[in-house]
Order: sequence, then structure tokens, then C-alpha cells
Amino acid sequence: MKLTCLSQSRGYNLPPCHMVNLSGFHILFDCPLDLSAITIFSPVSTSLYEQTFTTPSSKKLLDSNNLIPIEPYYKTIEGVHLWNVSLIDVVLISSPMGMLGLPFLTRSKGFSAKIYATEAATRVSEFMMKDLVAMHMEFKQLYGPQETNFLQLFNWEELEALPSSLKEIVLGKDGTYLGSWMPLYSAADVKDCMQKVETLKYAEEACYNGTLIMKAFSSGLEIGACNWNIKSPKRNISYISNSIFSSGVAMDFDFHALIGSDALIYSDFASTLGSDNANTLEFNADDFLLNSDERSEEMEKMNFICSCSMDSVKDGGSVLIPIGRLGIVLQLLELFALHIDSSDMKVPIFIISSVAEELLAYTNILPEWLCKHRQDKMYSGKAVFGHEELIKEKKIHIFPTLDSHELLMMWQEPCIVVCPHWSLRLGPVVHLLHRWHGDPNSLLVLEEGIDTDLALSPFKPIAMKVLECSFYSGIKLEKVPQLLKMLHPKQILLPDYTKQFFEPLSKSLPCLFYTEFETLRLPNSKNLSELNIATNLASQLTFSKLKNEELSMSRLKGELYLEHGKQYLVGGKEVKVLETEIGPLVHWGKVDLESLVVELEKIGVKGSFECGSNVVNVVEPKRGFVEVKETSVVISSGDESLGLLISDVVHSLLNGI
Amino acid sequence: MAIDCLVLGAGQEVGKSCVVVSINGKRIMFDCGMHMGYTDHNRYPDFSLISKSGDFNNALSCIIITHFHLDHIGALPYFTEVCGYNGPIYMTYPTKALAPLMLEDYRKVMVGRGEEQQFTHENIIDCMKKVTAVDLKQNVQVDTDLQIRAYYAGHVLGAAMFYACVGDSAMVYTGDYNMTPDRHLGAAQIDRLQLDLLITESTYATTIRDSKYAREREFLKAVHKCVANGGKVLIPTFALGRAQELCILLDDYWERMNLKVPIYFSAGLTIQANLYYKVLINWTSQKVKDTYATRNAFDFKNVHQFDRTLLDAPGPCVLFATPGMISGGFSLEVFKHWAPSESNLITLPGYCVAGTVGHKLMSGKPTTVDLDKDTRIDVRCQIHQLSFSPHTDAKGIMDLVKFLSPKHVILVHGEKPKMDLLKSRIKSELGIECYDPANTETVSFPSTHFIKSDASNAFIRSSLTPNFKFPKDEITDTPSLHVRDERVSEGILTMGKGQKVKVIHQDELVTMVGGGKTEVEFGYCFGLNLCRLKNISKEVRVSNGDDSLLCVLNTKLSDEFGELGLRDCEGSLEVNSFRVRVCKNDDCPHRVDSDELSERLERVFFCCNWSILDKSIAWRVISVMKNMDL
Repeated sequence: MKLTCLSQSRGYNLPPCHMVNLSGFHILFDCPLDLSAITIFSPVSTSLYEQTFTTPSSKKLLDSNNLIPIEPYYKTIEGVHLWNVSLIDVVLISSPMGMLGLPFLTRSKGFSAKIYATEAATRVSEFMMKDLVAMHMEFKQLYGPQETNFLQLFNWEELEALPSSLKEIVLGKDGTYLGSWMPLYSAADVKDCMQKVETLKYAEEACYNGTLIMKAFSSGLEIGACNWNIKSPKRNISYISNSIFSSGVAMDFDFHALIGSDALIYSDFASTLGSDNANTLEFNADDFLLNSDERSEEMEKMNFICSCSMDSVKDGGSVLIPIGRLGIVLQLLELFALHIDSSDMKVPIFIISSVAEELLAYTNILPEWLCKHRQDKMYSGKAVFGHEELIKEKKIHIFPTLDSHELLMMWQEPCIVVCPHWSLRLGPVVHLLHRWHGDPNSLLVLEEGIDTDLALSPFKPIAMKVLECSFYSGIKLEKVPQLLKMLHPKQILLPDYTKQFFEPLSKSLPCLFYTEFETLRLPNSKNLSELNIATNLASQLTFSKLKNEELSMSRLKGELYLEHGKQYLVGGKEVKVLETEIGPLVHWGKVDLESLVVELEKIGVKGSFECGSNVVNVVEPKRGFVEVKETSVVISSGDESLGLLISDVVHSLLNGI
Repeated sequence: MAIDCLVLGAGQEVGKSCVVVSINGKRIMFDCGMHMGYTDHNRYPDFSLISKSGDFNNALSCIIITHFHLDHIGALPYFTEVCGYNGPIYMTYPTKALAPLMLEDYRKVMVGRGEEQQFTHENIIDCMKKVTAVDLKQNVQVDTDLQIRAYYAGHVLGAAMFYACVGDSAMVYTGDYNMTPDRHLGAAQIDRLQLDLLITESTYATTIRDSKYAREREFLKAVHKCVANGGKVLIPTFALGRAQELCILLDDYWERMNLKVPIYFSAGLTIQANLYYKVLINWTSQKVKDTYATRNAFDFKNVHQFDRTLLDAPGPCVLFATPGMISGGFSLEVFKHWAPSESNLITLPGYCVAGTVGHKLMSGKPTTVDLDKDTRIDVRCQIHQLSFSPHTDAKGIMDLVKFLSPKHVILVHGEKPKMDLLKSRIKSELGIECYDPANTETVSFPSTHFIKSDASNAFIRSSLTPNFKFPKDEITDTPSLHVRDERVSEGILTMGKGQKVKVIHQDELVTMVGGGKTEVEFGYCFGLNLCRLKNISKEVRVSNGDDSLLCVLNTKLSDEFGELGLRDCEGSLEVNSFRVRVCKNDDCPHRVDSDELSERLERVFFCCNWSILDKSIAWRVISVMKNMDL
């Protein structure tokens, strides 16, 4: 087995990307898209619109905010494209975010891998991609239909001269990122990609090539997000991405199914390492699974967002929430409704996104993917999420775009707007920021994990309040050792940046650390694999016991086949009994000349040997020799039956099969 | 290891489905139903046969419920809350959501009929708390050995066939299923599986049904005609399943025909059920599913809640009333009011359990129905029998059995004479063992078992080596384009005390046992007369070189041994391990025959050696060579 980390995690929105070679198959885990990188481009906005038209002739590389004023390119995972895509056999998707770069892959020539993802993650991701394509249309309308390769606009000196924050994003350390920039996929690419995805339920078995059995188990991070378990005849591996023990929306982290793997890849610590606990880790056996604290902390955070928002609204300001995390948005909507109800203010909630209506309708019909208390709501006949009722009561309004007629008719301020996109470059958020950035009473709620300075730079000066918040996107670091201990894998593979935490624990946790872009080889732990032998074949076996040893053995002949990850040996079409006629084929042990002569005598073959010689001279019934060498016994005889007699005696003196 | 299948219900009958299967030491109860035709102890399966002591928790590994119909789940609250079973129970999400409605409905009917209720409302709630919901195709590990998995069955919302496997043995219990899609549900779907046992329903063991659409039209026409003439239509159904299917049908028809006649649902219950249908729309057919975003198909536009005061109100209407089969409750009450009028219509499902009013109406054309000793109802209304049913027909059953090709088939949930016919068809047409046990009977047979062993990499690799064969065309004797790859695995199986069975390649054996390998070889060196040899080969220009001697031999031998792959290697001829060369060594150890020295001069010696594997070839070659000498 080999593991290569193609890209390390940078939080919820950019999960890691790994390539695993198992049983000769290349398995790609996730294919994300670094959407934070589009912050280097100028947003579409009226001011920019005017600027580009005032200076049409001169080639302007950067706008007044030091951003690049052209149709954005998108930054894919470089490592994936360095790979020969036709060599990838299987792609496994762990979360909706881990799928956003997939159309780049599926549209490339020679791609033929099987893609597996959960049904819910696929749908949610499809909505996100469609939304992305729709929002990008605005750039197309602004810059025209022709494609400009943004990298060709710059020569090397100009690239080198970019402001450092931009240069870092465009080039990376050694210019390694240059190859990863691509123009966005089209709606047709998305559709094509979706058709190639094999969707699974949680814990449904997918079998690849009869060899790999793959199962997805809920990770709790997001609706449809999962961890993977893969069984091959030789090794059973688990891949854990960001997980949450107890989620308010998605089905909880199902770790029971991952217990006892031969190798466990724990791929993502990005969202948990940032926190301040650089202390040494310990095993906290107690209250490890009691996670009410995490849930309540999370609720507290969301309640805080709501109350801050209500304060803004009270002061006449509007609230802008460009957050794309489905689970968070669904909970926020419910909480906002409660806060609004209890404040006796009437403030509308607008959801502006091309896919919102369909996406919200979709969330009503997937109770199988949700956490227990949402399922219980379904059993008791209540709505699974609050938004259905709120839409009916006209407390929440959904619009596909900012310029839809109904929205203009209904628009009122202050209001609460929920919309994509956290990069602040795409969609309605750009226009709303232009409208509100100067209003000190308005509030912008930002998700953590983005370069805020860069993201906000085109909207400066900012007078509106900015609330940055982080949500749980992984198990707390201090709980990981106990989890790993309980999962009890034979080998744990961890990213190298966790070395300082886990190396001290290596006595009880068999850890190996891997580095980005380097291939880690895991030598085969066992030289054996499981074989199932059909009973009718086994019943035909004739066993011979070895001399002086408590071992019996038999020759075995049959047909080997591999089905559903298991090896079977069954009786072939023609079971020859030839072996028993011929006698043993492999011999070991030593022949002692004296006993050879004695044994020959017993069956009427007379012979003798001289001292110091290693040859028995046979004289009766016919002439012959038996030469006993270090590794062989040579029987010389001109008579077939004599030869057979002698060889039988030799066999009886040796061990053989 | 064996499989024992104890049929507690639905053996040669329809009602109280319950089968307990022991499979490699695990015991699973499939369905726990009640019989609608009985009110005595016969209504429930005889649970005492599972465990005499009544310790059901240890006697059963788990209970699996296939769908929410009462003849499949009706006895569950009784079994868990009254009999005290506390172990795991599995059913699909829709079944878990909808079963309490069915059970509660049934409990109310029981109470309404003045019977002693077998379980309370609280019992139902407590019972459902013990249930684990499963999704389709989700693998559920009940314990370390037992794994179960649900497959789509079509029959009603959430109906599933269940696969269970323990070790190497596996089985499927179908529950009720439908192999053709209907208005709101898809057709049953299952993977190709290796099965020891298939337990299948056989409601329509001999019927072959044609397209449903004609039947649906018939039904709509009958309803339309009735309401057009101002009549009232009573559709007695159970709360779930059929009600939704017919409602989709009617709602759609009303829309198309622009009808304004009200459609009513009797209790609040069915409206409530529609909510579940909306949330669980993923379990319906693809066509219905695709509409969720624009208009959920279970948002019925023309359907209203029924008010008791409307019972004798004038004017036409359509009413869905529970329970089905008019076994009591509200549907019976409506029946009493509406049956005497000729303009009214009652539609009955395809199957009614004996003993119910529905059954009486279906058998013949009764003009009166006796409800009990004192009550007699005149029946003047029209009766329409719905001939579409969410059960598979005989072709569907045969298709499924053929597709799965299990080692054994057990038929349940059907009528004895028809089951017998189907049984003999399965035996004769498919060659599969088939049984149709009666209630309380047990069927047993051995289960599949594989011997677990470790196989070494060398063994697996050697088995994967291609072994191409180019068979010759019999007539033309030329190699055909056909290539066969006949891989044969050969290895050695070893068994030590307290060790796992291990299969290795023979090359690994010696290292494993730790001794040195010893070859056993044969050798024979003999002389042939040189002159005669030369005579034979006049046509070959002979110099005295050894090579030419071998050439002679080669031409001679290749007639007979060319097939076996006779090779001319440098200085020797070889067939497999057999090797012959000209021997110049007068002290050759293989020279056993004592010759006169004089003879030796005229002779040329050939030294042969071979391993035991090729002994027969060796002696054949030697005899051919010796014959040359004569």
C-alpha cells in the first residue's frame, strides 16, 4: 500500500486530497477546489465596470485595489493533474466540498475511473456547482464570451512584481501552483460529471473489480459527508476525514464501522489544530463520547450570531450572511425565526441563490441522512427543518437572483440576507457589500478560514461591522488519541504537522507520519491472504502426516476466483487424480544408506554399499545404482519396475508430498 | 452447520406472516404479523414454539419487519410489550414512520368492536422505540456474525426484501413485493446474490396479470359514472398504501376531467399519513420522486377531510374510509348507510381476508349481509372489485427465483393448491428444491460452508499465471483463432495442530518445514549399435558428430513425441524433464548394463535422466530408441 498526500487540508471549505495505491488500484480521495484563491480577482461591481471602460486601450494588470480585473480562473489541486488521470481507478468523495473540483477531472481526456459518493453529498455538491456556474456567468457577461488565459496576460517579471499576498496565491512557493489554474467548468461539464458518479447510501457496499469493497459511513460533518472503509483481500483500510460526533443536522459520526482496520488514514486536522491547545495529548477515557458540550457550544455560537444580527436590525442596519455551509444555514434559519419571534420586530429573511429553492426542498426529503433528533421529528409527523413552515408563513423569502422582479417588489431594509459565497467575489454578496459596506449599523457575518484583508479589500473603507466566526468542522484534538485507541487500527497514518502531538504517544498508538507530495510506502504486513475452500473440494483431499512432525498436508488443485473481495478455491472441471499415481513430487529429508539397503532387502532387492561411498550397488533382481547426494537421490536402472521399487523405498525414507 | 426454517404464520395461508429462521446458529424472526380473520388466539403466531421458557431475548438474534401491513407487523407490540422481547428490531425508515399509524388504527378498531385490546397506545409507542430504522442497501451488522441488508420491494411505501448472511450462508426473505412499478412505487430490485435460501410470498402463485392501465381505466370509469349519476363512492382501504395510490390516480383524473366532486379522507389519520409520504418521497417511483421540487405528488389538491355530518348529506362524493376489507370501524359504519342505495358504489381491493364483510361481498352477489345475529344490511349498491394488486404475479415470482437461483426456495403467504402448482414449476423448470410448509412446520437443510484458510502470495500469484491453450480445429487440424485460458491452481494445504489451515506453493514448502529439498531423479545410460543407427538414417548425411546422431534421434522421436514438446537443445533432446544426450563417459554412473568391452566399441551410448513426474514418457522414449537398435 502507498499513500501520497496531494494537498493538505485547509479547513471545511478545502478538504485534503490523497492518492492511495491499494492492491494495485489507484484510489483518489476527494477532488476539491480552492475557492479562496479567487479573492485575487476583482469582484464584479459597478465601480469596476466604469473603470475598465475609461481605460480600454491600456493594458491594466491590477485595479485600484491591487486585484486582477479579469474573468477569474479557478485553482484546482495541482497534484491531481500531475497524475496521469487515466491511471486513476477509483475516486472516493467524502463531502460535498470534496467534489467541487471533480468536473475538471471528469472532463480531462482519458479519465475512466469509477467515482463513488453518497447520494446526498452528490446532490448537495451538484447544487453548489450549479450555483457556482450561475454566479460565474456574471463575469462572463462583464468580460465577454472569449476566454482569456489570465496567466498569459502576465510575463514572468510582472508575476514576480505582484503584491506578495497575490503572488503567494498565484505562484505558490516555487511557482508550483502555476499549472493548477483553470477556467471554470460549464453546466454541461457538471451534468456530465454527475452522470459518472455512482451514488451510495451510508453503509452500502460498492465492489470494484471484484477486489475492493468500499463502504461510506457518516462523518457528521455535513449532510451526506462520510468516512470510508475499504476491504481488499490483503488489507482493510479506513479513511477518516473531518468528523463530528454529534451534529445538529447531519447523521452523527459512525465510528463503530471503522474499528479494527489494518491501516487508518486520519487525513484532516486543519480545523482543530488552529485552536490554542498546543499542550501534550493524553488519553481521556472518561466522558469521551459525551459531547453535549460541543453541541451546546455550537448552538451558543449560532445564537450569538443571531443576537448580534438582531442588534444590528434594531439599529436599522441589515445583516449579510454569505455562508455556504448547508448544515449551518439550516440551523441559522431556524434560530433566526425564533429570535425574530421573541423580539416582536418584523424583519424579512431573504435567501438569494439560484439553487436555494430546490436545495431547501431537497432537505425536506432526506430524513435518512439526518441526525437522530431530526429523524425523531419526522417520526412524530413534524417537519424535519423549520424552513418549510417559515416559507409558508412568508417569514423567509427565496429568490434566484438579486435582480428578480419579485425581490425588487418586496425589498425592504433592514433585512437579513443569506446568500453564497464566502469568498466575497461571487454572486449577490458583492453587490450587497457595495451597498452596505459604509453603513456602520449593518453587519457582515464571515466564516473563518479566509484572508479577510484580501477578501474585503475591494470594499474598503469598511464601516459595517464584521463578525468572524468559526464552526466545528472536526473532532477536538484532545479527543483524537482516545478515538484512535478505540478504533484500534494496526497502523495509523497522520499528516506530519501533527508529529509533535502524536509522537509522544507512539508507545500506545502505532503512528506513521506522511508529508505532502511524498509517497509513503506501507510494506505488506502479512504475506498471507484469506482463501475460502469449497467443502466438496476439501473433502476430496488426502492427507499425509509428516514424520516426527505434527503437521499433515495434502496436495490441492482447483480453480481460484475472486468475488466480492473474497478469494475462493473450488473444484475445477477436471479433477485429475494423477498426483497420487505418481507419488510425491517434492521431497525433503535425508536418506541413510544403511537403512536404504535394509528397506530394499525387505522387498527383495539386494544391494550393498562400500564404506565411504555414497552409492548403493543393486544386484538383484537386476543391476542398478542408487546414488545419494547432498540434495538429490539418483536412481540408475535399466528396468522400469526395478526403478519404481527403488523409488518407492526412497520415498518411504524421505518426507515428501 | 444447518438452516432451520420454522413457519409460524402465513404457511399455506395469507395472514400473520411470521417465519423464524436459524442460520448458522443465529435466529432471525422475519415479520410478526396478525391474522385479520381471527379474534381468538389464532390471530397471533404461536410464539411458544420459539422458546418454551418464554426467554425470547436469548432465543432470537433479531426481528426484521418487511413492511407496515398488519399481517406483517400486527403482533409486534404484543410480542415486545406483552411477551417481553427486548432484542433488536429492524425495519425501513418509512415502515418505522408509518407502522404506528397502522397499529393505532387497528387498536382503535379492536376497542371499537368492544374487544379486549391486546396492547395499548403506550405499548405501540414503547415498541417503536426499540426499532432501528435502516435504509435500502445499508449493511447492518446485527452482531459480529450476522449482517442484514434491505432491498426495494415495491409493494407499499417502505416495503423491503431482507437479505441476511451469517458466515458463508445467506438468505433472502421477500416479504410482499411487486415486480412491476405502479402509480407511486417502483418495481422490486435486488442484486444477484449467492443464496442458500429464498423465502418468497406467493399470493398470486398461478395468476399472470396483464397491463394495469386497463384496470385503472376501468376503476376510474366506474367511479366517474357513479358520481356523474349523483352517487356516493366508498373506498374502504387501510390508511396507507392503497389509499395513496388510488388518491394519486383520482387526483390526477379529477384534474384532467376538471371534476369538482369532493374526495374525502375519513379520519385525520390518512391526511397525516400523506405528510409522511411527502417526506419519504425518495422511497416512491422515480417519476414521483422527480417532481418533489415543483409539486410534491402527495400534495393532493382535491382531497378534503371528511366530517361525520356529511354521511347522509345529499350529493355525490368519493370517500376513503378505514379500515379496508370493511372489517369494522368507520368503513363499516359508512357501509351501513350507503349500501342500501342503488346509485352508490363500493370498491373493494383484490384480496379480502375470510370473515370480513369485504370477503362476503366478493363471494357471489349477496343482496344482504349479516353483520351479526341481529343486524342484516340490504346491499343494493354496485360493487367494483379492484383487480390491481401490489403483489407480484406468478411470472414475477418465477423471474425472481430464476434471477437469484438460490439452493432452496420456501413459499409462504399463499393458498395451498396454487402454491403446490408453483412449487412443482420451480422444481421442474428451474431445478431448485422448493417447499411450502404449513404453519408450525420446520424445513431444514445444510448450509453452505467454506473452509477458511490462509493462502500465501506465491500460491495466489502462481494461480493467476495465465495458462493459454490454443485448441486445434478438429477437422482442419490447424490452430483456430480460439484461445482458452485454463488457469489451474495447484498448491499444498497444510494443517498443523492449533494452527490455521494454510495453502502454499510447493516451492515454499521446503522452507516451511525447514529441511533441505531432496530431488529424486532417475538415470539410465545405454548403448545402441552405431552401424544400424547409421543404416536407418541413410537419407541424413552423417558425419560422425554427436549432433548428427541427435538429429537422427530427433527425426525418429518427433513422430511420436513432437506433440509433447520435444525440444532439440544444444547437445541434448528434451521432453519436459526427460533429457537424453550422447554419453562419452565410460564411467557414467548411470551405465548399469555390464557390456563386453568389444561391443562397447561399436556402440554409441545415450545417457538419459528424468524426474519421477515424467517416468512414463521416459520409458516410452527409451523403448522407441531400443527398438531402433533391433
